[in-house]
Amino acid sequence: MAVESKPLLSVHDLRVNFRLDKHDKNSGFAAVKGVSFEIPENSTVALVGESGSGKSVTALAILGLLPPENATVLPGSQILYGGRNLLELPKSALRSLRGKDISMIFQEPMSSLNPVFTVGYQIAEVLRLHMDLTPRQAQTRVVELLNEVGIPDPAAKSIAYPFQLSGGQQQRVMIAMAIACNPRLLIADEPTTALDVTIQKQILELLAALQDKHRMSVLFITHDLAVVGEIADHVVVMRDGEIRERGTNEAVFSNPHDTYTCALLQCRPPLDSRPRRLAVIEDFMDGNCPAPETEVSKRGLSGSEPVILEVRNLGKSFYTREGLFGNREFKAAHGVSFKLPRGKTLGVVGESGSGKTTVGLTLMRLHEATTGEALFEGRDLFLMSKAEFKNYKRRIQIVFQNPYASLNPRFTVGQILSEPLLIHGIGGSDAKRTRLVNELLEHVGLPQVSYHKYPHEFSGGQRQRIAIARCLTMKPDILICDESVSALDVSVQAQVLNLLQDLQDEFSLSYIFISHDLAVVKYMSDQVLVMNQGEVVEYANSDEIYLRPQHPYTQRLLNAIPKAGERIRGKISAN
Amino acid sequence: MNPFLDTPQTSPGLWALAWRRLRADRMAMVALAVVAWFLLTLLLSAAGFIAKDWDAEIGVNYAPPTFMGAQSAEERGVQGMHAAEVATPDNPRDPLRDIIRQLRAEREGGANPALVQFDDYGIADPLAAEIAEIRAAQGQRNTTAAIEKRATLPLGADKWGHDIIQKTIKGSETSIVVGLTAALLATVLGTLFGAVAGYYGKWVDDCFNWFYSVFTSVPYLLLILAVAAVLQQKGVLTIVLILGLTGWTGVFRLIRAEYIKHKNREYVLAADAIGASDLRKMFIHIFPNISHVSLVQMSILTVAFIKSEVILSFLGFGVPVGMASWGSMLNEAQNELILGKWWQLAAASAAMAVLVTAFSLFTDALRDALDPKLK
Repeated sequence: MAVESKPLLSVHDLRVNFRLDKHDKNSGFAAVKGVSFEIPENSTVALVGESGSGKSVTALAILGLLPPENATVLPGSQILYGGRNLLELPKSALRSLRGKDISMIFQEPMSSLNPVFTVGYQIAEVLRLHMDLTPRQAQTRVVELLNEVGIPDPAAKSIAYPFQLSGGQQQRVMIAMAIACNPRLLIADEPTTALDVTIQKQILELLAALQDKHRMSVLFITHDLAVVGEIADHVVVMRDGEIRERGTNEAVFSNPHDTYTCALLQCRPPLDSRPRRLAVIEDFMDGNCPAPETEVSKRGLSGSEPVILEVRNLGKSFYTREGLFGNREFKAAHGVSFKLPRGKTLGVVGESGSGKTTVGLTLMRLHEATTGEALFEGRDLFLMSKAEFKNYKRRIQIVFQNPYASLNPRFTVGQILSEPLLIHGIGGSDAKRTRLVNELLEHVGLPQVSYHKYPHEFSGGQRQRIAIARCLTMKPDILICDESVSALDVSVQAQVLNLLQDLQDEFSLSYIFISHDLAVVKYMSDQVLVMNQGEVVEYANSDEIYLRPQHPYTQRLLNAIPKAGERIRGKISAN
Repeated sequence: MNPFLDTPQTSPGLWALAWRRLRADRMAMVALAVVAWFLLTLLLSAAGFIAKDWDAEIGVNYAPPTFMGAQSAEERGVQGMHAAEVATPDNPRDPLRDIIRQLRAEREGGANPALVQFDDYGIADPLAAEIAEIRAAQGQRNTTAAIEKRATLPLGADKWGHDIIQKTIKGSETSIVVGLTAALLATVLGTLFGAVAGYYGKWVDDCFNWFYSVFTSVPYLLLILAVAAVLQQKGVLTIVLILGLTGWTGVFRLIRAEYIKHKNREYVLAADAIGASDLRKMFIHIFPNISHVSLVQMSILTVAFIKSEVILSFLGFGVPVGMASWGSMLNEAQNELILGKWWQLAAASAAMAVLVTAFSLFTDALRDALDPKLK
């Protein structure tokens, strides 16, 4: 922990408005409404909030990177750095600050690196711009930096192009670029969100080590309070453009004053217990911090449940052309076998590239399987003709990851939900179909007026409800949830998980729950299938996986999960 | 609390939102008004309310625009009916030179002019008397017609004395109809091919791409000439076919790319998951999401085809003689310009320039309105 001293940077009453319509001067949206906080020297400040909280806008305002055509910083706002107000600095002065004194890391390393230059060149560019180094000196420094951020064989990697590096390495390069000029403040905007959980842990450790070594300050922006718990000295919680809570790490985590902070901490599915329902934001908004639910649901299988789907030795290979006639085989998944009992949930967990999504898509025959069989009530789904399979499509449905992409933007909700009924001839008449759709809307917690609305009028969580309702129209037996809650904010994620749980209880649905998030998978599933690089490394009851992980990979996954959430939950339930 | 309580029952769809954005764009609305005005005159002329008598010869030949004032026949460069006889100069290599000289001498020497008439070359013409009579009669009729014919017209007249204004209006009918229908044909073809190639991919796509490559490797003008030669007859339909059959390639490329992009989107996968057929996915799910590309392409093509019609007519593959179009007007103008008659060229070019500019501006605004993220 850092010693308190005078602030390096202080934000005072920052207010930012966005113009929504370029023709209407009055259409404004207040993204940041009077935010004040300080970043002390040599410490890490975490800015936490869900989407739309204004945390990224605040960071961009510090760097002067807000789009001038539709963002206005209201008068009275101040961002003081070294005695100067950054908001009033001329552009040239600001430019010489950026990258040298204050630098930034973004969420997506792949899109922040220029694909046509080597990483060494891109790091050297920063050095040349701000440090006046000769090319030879710059090259030496580049290798030093790459070494410092933990890239193996730095000299060779400095002439690699971004696409030749993995996601974690790319983020390390971004960090190397950011610390190249020994900045005094590093702004990290969701630097680990796009990364796998094991890589996330490494990057967090790297950032903490660098912060200490270079005696710089870090402004760490994230939606995930648990991540913050490990590295931040100070925590600022934002919601809807306002600061809800501000304090030291200890204070915020052990004794949160604000109900919203409480809610954020409790909406995440806990690893060590399994409450029957997850807390949602509404539970907290009446002003008090309720204790976590103590009623726990039991999970796991005894082995005697009736099996609805049995998958044996499923494999899927992709082929890429190589040379004139050659084919290179890439095994996305192979040797995957499992049994799914009726009314139970099978969790599939793994990092990117583990083949978990491939398994889901292959079962739906959205990809054709290369090998193996999938016995659904004794019949192999993979051997059916297209016409035969159409009837089975009704019974296996899938909810995709991104509710913004999986709903056709040109259809109204009514059309989206009636379409499956129409295709499969369910319902008979239009009037009856409309009634069915309205019933379903109510079921997933959406008002009936949604019928005539378009998807873009709904929030992410509401859209995911629509996607779930679309699957339910066909009354499926199996629902495949492919990262269905990964793109949602923590509080919304809890609502959708609760909904899925209710629907399973009501319709005795079987779920195949695919996610990279072990905590969510463990919370939802009876059994868990851990996948790595296309192979199943562990397959057991979910509590078994958590308590007694057998495979080293599973252990690594478990270790990488930030534990801050558990800390607070322990505190609250103890009180 | 119900957050939906205050909102109306139905929401604006994408087209309604696009229209709202378009309405806010002042330039687009002006352009739209100009285009609408052209279409209105087109409809009125097609229905016969205006420019019905465009082919009446109401002015003198090459009557100049009113503001230039009337010109005499000589100024207009038209050879008068009773132009003074000018002695034809001797041709030194003419084998009949001597005979002609002799005959001329005889005529001037007092041969009875009433009995024997000589033509310009001094050859005795047995029909001369009758021709003189006919000429006289004609001259009389011409003089009576000349009284009705106007010496000037607001924007002048062409070779036959047709009013340029009416001719331009009538010509817009052909030009705009050709432009619009050919663009529609090309867009429909391009969209259909692009959808099939992009959606199915693999060998289907290969086939379409081969076809496309062969098609585009032939120089455009040659292709047009070839199709024109195959179709043989001149007419509006021919031009529409020529332009439509050769113009789909650009649309094909764009639509194919859009289908390749969209067919792997999650909403299409989701449609697949609920059991939607290929046709359903192609035209009910994907097409509405890319229709703006087709629409914008179509309006770009319309502009291009209005210009192409002009070029085709200029090359002589255009509409048949006796039918007005901006292209045939420009084609006529190329001979008139030598005589200094610029008004037909000016009228056709101005009409085309205004329409094409308005249409292009409207197209730009339409693209922005349909795809606001592009900006």
